[in-house]
Amino acid sequence: MNVIAPKDKMKPADFASDQEVRWCPGCGDYAILKAVQRTLPDLDTPKENYVFVSGIGCSSRFPYYMSTYGFHTIHGRAPAFATGIKLANPELDVWMVTGDGDGFSIGGNHMLHALRRNADMQILLCNNEIYGLTKGQYSPTSETGLKTPSSPTGSVESPLKPCVFALGSGGHFIARGYDTQKTLPEILKRAHAHKGTSLVEILQNCIVYNDAVFDNVLARDVASDRQLHLVHGEPMIFGKDSDKGIRFNPLTFSLEVVTLGQDGITESDLLVHDETNKSLASLIAEMGGDDFPTAFGVIYCNPAATYDENMTKQVEQAKAYDPEPSLDALLRQGHTWEV
Amino acid sequence: MSELKAELAAGPESRTALPSVVIRFAGDSGDGIQITGSRFTDTTALAGNDLATFPDFPAEIRAPVGTTFGVSAFQINFGARHIETHGDDPNVLVALNPAALKVNINRLKKGGSIIVDTGSFNSRNLKKAGYDENPLEDGSLSDYNILEVDISRHVLESVKDFGLSQKEGLRCKNFWVLGLVYWIYGRDRTDTVNWLKAKFAKRPEIAEANIAALNAGHVYGEAAELSDSIGLFSVAPAEMKKGLYRTVTGAEALAWGLVAGSELAGLDIFFGSYPITPASPILHSLAKLKQFGVQTFQAEDEIAAICSAIGASYAGALGITSSSGPGIALKGEAIGLAISTELPLVIVNSQRAGPSTGMPTKTEQSDLYQAVYGRNGDAPLAVVAAHGPGDCFEAAIEACRIATKYMTPVMLLTDGYIGNAAEPWLIPSMKDREPFKVTHETNPEDFHPFDRDEKTLARKWAIPGTPGLEHRIGGIEKEDGAGHISYDPANHQRMTDLRRDKILNIANDIPKAKPEQGPETGDLAVVGWGSTFGPISRAVANKLSENKSVAHIHIRHLWPFPANLEELLKGYKKVIVPEMNDGQLKTVLRDQYLLDAIPVTKVTGQPFKISEIEAAIDAALES
Ligand SMILES: Cc1ncc(C[n+]2csc(CCOP(=O)(O)OP(=O)(O)O)c2C)c(N)n1
Ligand code: SF4
Repeated sequence: MNVIAPKDKMKPADFASDQEVRWCPGCGDYAILKAVQRTLPDLDTPKENYVFVSGIGCSSRFPYYMSTYGFHTIHGRAPAFATGIKLANPELDVWMVTGDGDGFSIGGNHMLHALRRNADMQILLCNNEIYGLTKGQYSPTSETGLKTPSSPTGSVESPLKPCVFALGSGGHFIARGYDTQKTLPEILKRAHAHKGTSLVEILQNCIVYNDAVFDNVLARDVASDRQLHLVHGEPMIFGKDSDKGIRFNPLTFSLEVVTLGQDGITESDLLVHDETNKSLASLIAEMGGDDFPTAFGVIYCNPAATYDENMTKQVEQAKAYDPEPSLDALLRQGHTWEV
Repeated sequence: MSELKAELAAGPESRTALPSVVIRFAGDSGDGIQITGSRFTDTTALAGNDLATFPDFPAEIRAPVGTTFGVSAFQINFGARHIETHGDDPNVLVALNPAALKVNINRLKKGGSIIVDTGSFNSRNLKKAGYDENPLEDGSLSDYNILEVDISRHVLESVKDFGLSQKEGLRCKNFWVLGLVYWIYGRDRTDTVNWLKAKFAKRPEIAEANIAALNAGHVYGEAAELSDSIGLFSVAPAEMKKGLYRTVTGAEALAWGLVAGSELAGLDIFFGSYPITPASPILHSLAKLKQFGVQTFQAEDEIAAICSAIGASYAGALGITSSSGPGIALKGEAIGLAISTELPLVIVNSQRAGPSTGMPTKTEQSDLYQAVYGRNGDAPLAVVAAHGPGDCFEAAIEACRIATKYMTPVMLLTDGYIGNAAEPWLIPSMKDREPFKVTHETNPEDFHPFDRDEKTLARKWAIPGTPGLEHRIGGIEKEDGAGHISYDPANHQRMTDLRRDKILNIANDIPKAKPEQGPETGDLAVVGWGSTFGPISRAVANKLSENKSVAHIHIRHLWPFPANLEELLKGYKKVIVPEMNDGQLKTVLRDQYLLDAIPVTKVTGQPFKISEIEAAIDAALES
């Protein structure tokens, strides 16, 4: 019997291409790239089956820096390319990388339909709340009032929330992380393990055009008070002293931040994270701003049949019904006559 | 030939034998005119005639009943000789209501026959059609032979035993009329009866009612001694090439041709599309062919449709997308990407009248500029056009061949006219075809994604999933060979030249241009492309029989042109280019060859008449 020697485990460096990375020094995309390169060796996919697909934007340069297969496509349309790739060869492990402008402005329609169709792939959204590549115009996720070259007196648009959008589109896996997050690979692994379209929103710092925009959530001194890290089955606790929590107020049908030990509030009063609960997920996805911490981790995971499975199944069924299809026979079906 | 067929072909004594006939069925969109037309088509084909059809749909899905914009028509030209077009002017007009008469009467040949349903010529319908007076009574139709029948009443009588409502009963009107027309031309009803039984297998009472109506119409013809009023005719079988035939529409043949092309290439089809008139029937046909490994993807828009197809090609399938002009406009940027990444792709454009939304149900060939020139950057694209329903099959195979052999997108042009029109089709056999099997690159030794085949200049097609060939492609300019991002000025020049040369080189891999008819040099070349083939062909044949020095040159490959086209065209004193646009091929010919090609244009949403092209030929020869 042939014994196949186990292959040496791949290392993160094995996933780095020979191309020089050209993001601005200090760009959050570097950390995301590293997190992905740290994630892939732990997955069960042969290297040649990885395909990274992107649109246009700084973050969409991502595929060039991976030594996997990669397709840098056109602005906003990566979901459609990714869908075609996955359908043509379901064996492939498809990762899509996009920006907030790419994915939710020009590509909003495709994003919506990718999430709804649920083909098995991972979408990494590098959200820097700005258009980086085109030099700093406001994006659909920018805060109202943001002053940019195209909004010198402040943007008057209200921002889109990617995770809320994803839930509304019928997405089945929605998570949030940030660029320098140590545990980002864990979130990426969860996204990969999920069969279907997984959206991971990654807060990404654009050091040039929107520096420190997430500081009110990510800065070291506020982090523990402004971040809620979700764990399925665990109560939602946060805060420097782990004394804050999230409670559901049934009268207002909304969440509220409470302090443990105050007014007799105990852990049992807090909401327990259930990532399969869509109503809960939409409340959590909305959190943030001044009154609530921002949630990180898996917000929603509720698997359903995937588009590629269903499509493949229909083709297989048609083939089973007609195992040796003949075009000659097809052309001769119906009314024919001999001359 | 069966005995019955022979008898019908010869006709009883009282039948006048005709070489060909053009009938136009017209009625309200709810009258089932298209079904009537297609049943008549099948029966006529079975009787051995050659034929061509022209379904003329209204733009509205359900226009208000009885209005002129709700008129649906179906024209068929059938004959004992070779038929090239659906016929200029009908000999017979079947008008099921006043609006149908109003809209179509001007097309009818002087002295032609009209069959009308007098039951629908009430004051309400006359008013809706915009008639102040009843044309059946005011003498305005004195140039024609009119057969006035209260079809509505006859139909209701013939179906009264089937328990249908009045409305359902009147729906059988089209089959009553069909029965009558069958009698006039000595047609066999069996095929139609079988079709009705199969079609309404789940509602046998509907099948039986329609069959009763069909028979009643036929019997009416027999009893009414039509030979005295509009005459009885026979049209003998045409001299056709031996073999097995069927009728086929352009859309069907195109879909099957794509499957044939993918089979010859040894690839599975991925078809990404978004519904649009008149391209949708291709999507519908392919969606039924999953057993051939065809995946159809109804995308959220045309952009997603083409992008998914390019993605599928990148992953190793034969990516195909289809649309009509407005949708092709949306695909423009992605076509450029496929050109830049040098991936095979077939882009079907079922042209319709434009610009913008234009006239979706009307035909035109005005997307030639869009196909040849219509992208940003220097983005050369191979362009192939089909010239008739059956030819869509061949053109589709050719598009697949070029796309896979040269690693390039190919635009396949068809139009609403040939997409919907039907003709008898000598069924091709796949075993006669030369395969053009594609191989995906697998050798990791010294692999570079943009290394090229020396002869075709096509790059290697390495697909994800192949160990050792991991690489990145994209729309940003790439270094010759290696494929890495490159902004090097000299490299961009080289890559632009390479992309151009690769496409121009296809000229050496396609048949040389030659006259379809007429001399190789002479006074006049009539140059056509796409669906004007039929009328040009007949017009040139007519002029040749008058001993005029005129040739018909048809161009299937519109980019690049056949290598000898310039030389051939310069052998004629004059070149005219009839097209259903404002002179697009004329411009491309002038652009390429500094040739004084003269435009003959028509943009009415209706195909050319033979007489119009004959007139253009005469004018060109005289001037
Ligand atoms: C069709 C088209 N329109 C516009 C552009 C210009 N463009 C390139 S990237 C971009 C926005 C990028 O923003 P985002 O997706 O947030 O990515 P980032 O650069 O911030 O990573 C725009 C508008 C383009 N390349 N193509
Ligand atoms: S502009 Fe911003 S997003 Fe783009 S590379 Fe620079 S820092 Fe990164």
